[in-house]
Amino acid sequence: MIEAVMNYTFMQHALFSGLIIGFVAPLIGVFLVVRRMSLIADALSHITLSGVAAGLLLAQSVPFFQNVSPVYTGMVFSVGGAFMVDRLRQAYKFYQELAIPIILSAGIGLGVVLISLANGFNVDLFGYLFGSLLSVTEEDLWRVIIASLIVIAIVWIFYKELLYLSFDEEGARISGVPRNLINVIFSVLVALVISISMQVVGILLVSALITLPVAAALQVANSFRQTFVYAIIFGEVSVLSGLMIAYTFDLASGGTIVLVAVLLLVCVLAGKRLRNSLN
Amino acid sequence: MNDIILDVQHVSYRYGNKHVLEDVSLQLHQGEMLGLVGPNGSGKSTLLKIILGALPMQKGNVSWFGKPLNKFGDWPRIGYVSQKANSFNTGFPATVFEVVMMGLTSKIGLFRRPGKREKERVREAIAIVGMGEFENRNIGRLSGGQQQRVFIARALVSDPDVLILDEPTVGVDAQSEAQFYELLKQLNEERRISIVLVSHDLGAVSTKMHSIACLNRKLHFHGRAEEFERMRPEILLGSYGHDVHVLHHDH
Repeated sequence: MIEAVMNYTFMQHALFSGLIIGFVAPLIGVFLVVRRMSLIADALSHITLSGVAAGLLLAQSVPFFQNVSPVYTGMVFSVGGAFMVDRLRQAYKFYQELAIPIILSAGIGLGVVLISLANGFNVDLFGYLFGSLLSVTEEDLWRVIIASLIVIAIVWIFYKELLYLSFDEEGARISGVPRNLINVIFSVLVALVISISMQVVGILLVSALITLPVAAALQVANSFRQTFVYAIIFGEVSVLSGLMIAYTFDLASGGTIVLVAVLLLVCVLAGKRLRNSLN
Repeated sequence: MNDIILDVQHVSYRYGNKHVLEDVSLQLHQGEMLGLVGPNGSGKSTLLKIILGALPMQKGNVSWFGKPLNKFGDWPRIGYVSQKANSFNTGFPATVFEVVMMGLTSKIGLFRRPGKREKERVREAIAIVGMGEFENRNIGRLSGGQQQRVFIARALVSDPDVLILDEPTVGVDAQSEAQFYELLKQLNEERRISIVLVSHDLGAVSTKMHSIACLNRKLHFHGRAEEFERMRPEILLGSYGHDVHVLHHDH
């Protein structure tokens, strides 16, 4: 694969965008998982699907949208979905998880209708559903880089607020942390990460890359900081080795990456169990 | 008087048609240790939420340090240890240091990250509660009493003038409880921190606090702890509805 990366720009694009996503998806995932909101990634990825479908439909019917990547319409839908999740969580204070199936089914429903309007499934759509890392263009790569830099910068700036809200939302609010503002910012970050990750692993697998490395990290980390370090390491290892295996054996890259992440998680669980039984 | 830290005036509150608080007035003075007692469902938590600005004011007035609640913004002066601290997500991946640092979040302010000085203060607060050797221990791997000390350190780190503790001795063993009251006394005497302790455990509270406020929808008693002890049977008959048999803990 190293040779291919040296020789082909499409492999370079694939590798770089994969490694960047392998960094930001677990970064956001840590906060989602400890806030018990990991399923929100699923809900938002399905809303992103309807956004992509809307983009494909618009590209067919409105000349202006012919040159606009459906990733952007996906992004807009994803951010909108994030706000709706927030609203629904406030409306159903005692059934906060209800927001997830509502948004998820709305996303799928709208997506399917829009897809049928756009004359059914085509190759593009298949790529968004299951990832098409090898078809990442230079423009795609730049989009991934810019969005990721924004995500990393905002997490860096609001790290202490995000941590406090994740640990003890009531305490944080009483001590004067602007909860609503931070939650809105965070929702936008999640939506951003999902829309840029979908090219790597696909809409159906985005939440895997957000949650699996974190699930493994939680087993071994002692501090919050360590959780990030481990989650990002697991994320990068999954992307890198998944991509290598997929290239070597000509497999679907998104699925392979996710399977490696699952395998890593199983190894961590088994290793921990072994260590506990030895002690 | 300017040594009044918290002034609650004629506060009433109802959920729908259910009156939870009726015309409650009480004061907390500088250096005072106040025990807020009452049976379950007596409105203690509601009153706490109101004075902390977590519930809207329906009737009455609350002021902190002479400022009405809606104009008050200096929340780092108030350290709050919630009841939830006893039942937080024990799987949360954070160390004692990281948890105590959270207490500085709003004092540091948005767009700033903690520096050397803040880290020093966190270590100080951890040392005050006697948890120095556990600084890098995961919070889930501490006992209930130790976790509670960590949450007190988190409330102390912003250097507050007053500590509010909601049912702090729930789920804590007798020895830790004794140490806990010792710590409160020390904070009160050495650092002049005023304390509001909310509890349904009358026995310990009436012997350890300076003054008592006994709540059951209305305020049934508000005054010196000794006086509360003396008048206890009548007060309890009025507030708890029956004479409560109280166990005294002497350690």
